[in-house]
Amino acid sequence: MSSKTASTNNIAQARRTVQQLRLEASIERIKVSKASADLMSYCEEHARSDPLLIGVPTSENPFKDKKTCIIL
Amino acid sequence: MATDGLHENETLASLRSEAESLKGKLDEERAKLHDVELHQVAERVEALGQFVMKTRRTLKGHGNKVLCMDWCKDKRRIVSSSQDGKVIVWDSFSTNKEHAVTMPCTWVMACAYAPSGCAIACGGLDNKCSVYPLTFDKNENMAAKKKSVAMHTNYLSACSFTNSDMQGCDKKAMVWDMRSGQCVQAFETHESDINSVRYYPSGDAFASGSDDATCRLYDLRADREVAIYSKESIIFGASSVDFSLSGRLLFAGYNDYTINVWDVLKGSRVSILFGHENRVSTLRVSPDGTAFCSGSWDHTLRVWA
Repeated sequence: MSSKTASTNNIAQARRTVQQLRLEASIERIKVSKASADLMSYCEEHARSDPLLIGVPTSENPFKDKKTCIIL
Repeated sequence: MATDGLHENETLASLRSEAESLKGKLDEERAKLHDVELHQVAERVEALGQFVMKTRRTLKGHGNKVLCMDWCKDKRRIVSSSQDGKVIVWDSFSTNKEHAVTMPCTWVMACAYAPSGCAIACGGLDNKCSVYPLTFDKNENMAAKKKSVAMHTNYLSACSFTNSDMQGCDKKAMVWDMRSGQCVQAFETHESDINSVRYYPSGDAFASGSDDATCRLYDLRADREVAIYSKESIIFGASSVDFSLSGRLLFAGYNDYTINVWDVLKGSRVSILFGHENRVSTLRVSPDGTAFCSGSWDHTLRVWA
């Protein structure tokens, strides 16, 4: 009796796995070349506004210490 | 009723073999579209110059390993949580501690800043996610105002105020649809546990850091891994990853106390940062991208720019 429930559980689990795999196999995919091109164009578009990439002048970066000039 | 809606020819064996053939079909479909490698396409992109990034601030004050941190939307406040049971809110410009809450448990593994900047959420071995409203009134006891928002059956390892719809569990990275509660895509190419996942800024890809000492980039629309960030000399696991604003740089904190900076498109390492004296456990880029903060088992947080 318990073995029957165990096997029903296994079957239910296997069925769920098959359904999940069917779902994953059926999604629409694009070519890596297109995906790569899109990633690259995103980087290029936003490169100018990426402070860690291009660096911002010390005066604008709150974390970089500003060295004040002292006139002796 | 004993058959429970089972079709006659649906035995365990037949379901298992169908699962195997579907897995094979999935790999086939993914391979069909694998016409080129990302780094090949990226060859025509300009190489990045030398990077000079240094520790600009060191936040000291935790009594034990720093486990998690998050930035406030105001780009200067940071919340961090530690094994010592404390959650501290820092002003990263001045390194002052603005708030400190003692949690009733140690190992506060997760903390997050509310988008409004008015509250923090945290949790850990107490199995709860608690939200604390932040107040500057010295007479108010912050702990008294806390509100428990969730009860889990096990420890809280991560929390976030936005719909965090990704999860790295074991070697698999799964992408979930929050509305249907379904897993829509799964990727299993890492050779060991995944410790951290982070979306690419455009939302079309994500990066993962794993105990197998590699970080990988997965494109959601191509439905496959498109880049591996690894070196033979790197043998320790990556604990946390985050992208710079444009997505060109990937910062990854490792268990060998270093932070490696990778060129996402070309797949090469652009910089290696030293400074921490123990494992880097958490890493986040600031909301405006001017700096990033790393937390470590050496009890400190460092802000790099």
